Amino acid sequence: MTATASADLAAPRTRLALLLLFAPALIWLLGLIVLPHIDLAALSLRARVAPRTYEFSFDNYRTFIDEPLYWHTFVRTAAMSIIATACTLLIAFPTAWYIVKIARGQTKSMLLVLCLIPFWVSETVRTLGWMILLRESGVVPHFLVALGITAQPVELLYHDATILVGLVYTSLLFMIVPLANALESLDDALIEAAYDLGGNAWSILRQIVIPHAAPGIAAGSIVVFMLTLGNYLTPTLLGGKNSLWFTEQIYAQFITRFNWEQGAAFGFLLLMLSTAIVWLGLAVTGQRFGDVMRRA
Amino acid sequence: MATPDLDLEVDCVSKHYGTHRAVDDLSLAVRRGSFFSILGPSGCGKTTLLRLIAGFLEPDSGDVRIGGRSMRGVLPNRRPVNMVFQHLALFPMMSVGENVGYGLARRGAAQPLIRERVATMLKRVGLPGAEGKRIDQLSGGQKQRVAIARSLVLEPTLLLLDEPLGALDLKLREHMKIELKQLQADFGTTFVYITHDQSEALVLSDHVAVMSAGRFEQVGTPQELYYQPQTPFVAGFVGANNRLTGTVARADGHFVELESAQGLTVQARSSGPIAAGDAVEAFVRPEVVSLARDAAELSAPVQCFVGRVDSLLFDGANSAVLLREVRTGTEFRVALPQTGEFADLREGEQVAFGFDPQRAVCFEVTRT
Repeated sequence: MTATASADLAAPRTRLALLLLFAPALIWLLGLIVLPHIDLAALSLRARVAPRTYEFSFDNYRTFIDEPLYWHTFVRTAAMSIIATACTLLIAFPTAWYIVKIARGQTKSMLLVLCLIPFWVSETVRTLGWMILLRESGVVPHFLVALGITAQPVELLYHDATILVGLVYTSLLFMIVPLANALESLDDALIEAAYDLGGNAWSILRQIVIPHAAPGIAAGSIVVFMLTLGNYLTPTLLGGKNSLWFTEQIYAQFITRFNWEQGAAFGFLLLMLSTAIVWLGLAVTGQRFGDVMRRA
Repeated sequence: MATPDLDLEVDCVSKHYGTHRAVDDLSLAVRRGSFFSILGPSGCGKTTLLRLIAGFLEPDSGDVRIGGRSMRGVLPNRRPVNMVFQHLALFPMMSVGENVGYGLARRGAAQPLIRERVATMLKRVGLPGAEGKRIDQLSGGQKQRVAIARSLVLEPTLLLLDEPLGALDLKLREHMKIELKQLQADFGTTFVYITHDQSEALVLSDHVAVMSAGRFEQVGTPQELYYQPQTPFVAGFVGANNRLTGTVARADGHFVELESAQGLTVQARSSGPIAAGDAVEAFVRPEVVSLARDAAELSAPVQCFVGRVDSLLFDGANSAVLLREVRTGTEFRVALPQTGEFADLREGEQVAFGFDPQRAVCFEVTRT
């Protein structure tokens, strides 16, 4: 009897404690993510018919379809982001492999720190660094002339390749860390066993290493893809007017043109795009989101 | 030069790490179809030797010949050798069938042939129809069998086993020992097995090499190692032994009389030439020592001592008693006879004990 009574007393208190513990996370989720998105959704689905009068409408989404510039930018951003993610993976994989499987002791930790060091500087400064290196009067064109490779200094900024270089550079760490984690847990004996049974470097990579590292590859790719798709600074600074990045369209609608309704619609389209591509990527490689996030 | 029925010949092979000699000018030969073990404490270089044979390491000098063919410059994936790893190293991303078929697929065998060979092999190791199972669905013993099947399906000249029973619990280890020996007899493949567990080596092998500090101390049948150890290390490492150190008081060529530091005098068979005054150590196996409540019961060639029971070590058939010799306090481990005659022995009790000098062995201590 008394035991039940004390249990009854304790129950609401435990529930309150639990609620308080979850409060910061809940406030963060609700206040900063869910509420603004509900508001954005509402914004994107109305059109101004007269000053201060709004109506429910799909006009903002229709504009996106009707205006080739918008959806061209949209598709281009998606394609460039996928290419950037693939390039990052191709560079990060051997790097992570070297750090985890080949480097020993001090070298290993030093290499990881080297990957981290660029992040002590703000993204703006890092990107400006690239501009100093690549602009027509910059360091690299100057060297190319000095070495006699080009007759005149060439402008290396404002190309798609330049944007890719900047994006890959910014994302590299976010790919290396999950890959290194995934490769760390790969027992070297598995590689030796496969080699002993007649495997060669390529078949071992394909049948043993990649399947083992798959969750790490997926996690790194998801993070890098999302960061790249939503990046504003790097494409704008390195690509200039030619960059045609979708985030610039969103910025223009919100800030330059005060068309919040259109900007909200673009924001939602970008969210749908990233969701669709991540889902597609997981489906194609046969993985589940939960597994990927847990094992990365 | 290569004898046709030798599957493995290791010829004066050395491997150094800096100044450390992991494998030091070592030679060995293994006959076709035999079970050969390399027994040694951890750090003695046995894993290095195995990796030299498998091809994961290249020797600094010397040569490894497998099936009469020199393996110099031959990579592990091209050697007619397969290895069962310490933690088995089964591929968790593949099914049992894919694991066993991996090597065949790497050789470019056709799918139907692979399926057939895998099914036959799994049947032979007692896992028929397990192709579709995941690795984590198998028990420890089953994983062991899959690892062996994965190697044997390639019909290697030589199967190397790197302490594969080390990770198993005692009961399963005893069981797998028997199973491993049966599998080897069944397949007839030459097995080279490394272990630090002397019981595994003795039970399983046709021949055992005892290794220490990069060299073989002695190579022989389990019986030879146990009854005729050639070096103090072998006598001390293989089987339990009582070890007595001291100097030689008298030597007559075949027997020596050892006087221990505590003042105990024992007689033992001498191994090699030993002269009076030499520093020596003698080894007496626990089962060689006989016990008696009355000294008169111990028969003639036996030298007699009186001891007090220090502690009883009951372990079924392996029961023993720790005695302390009354006069000098020297400790002896003595096996209890299976007859149950001394089942009522108590701690503190005084008993007579003795052993035949012929069955104790004495070595000169080599100064290093």
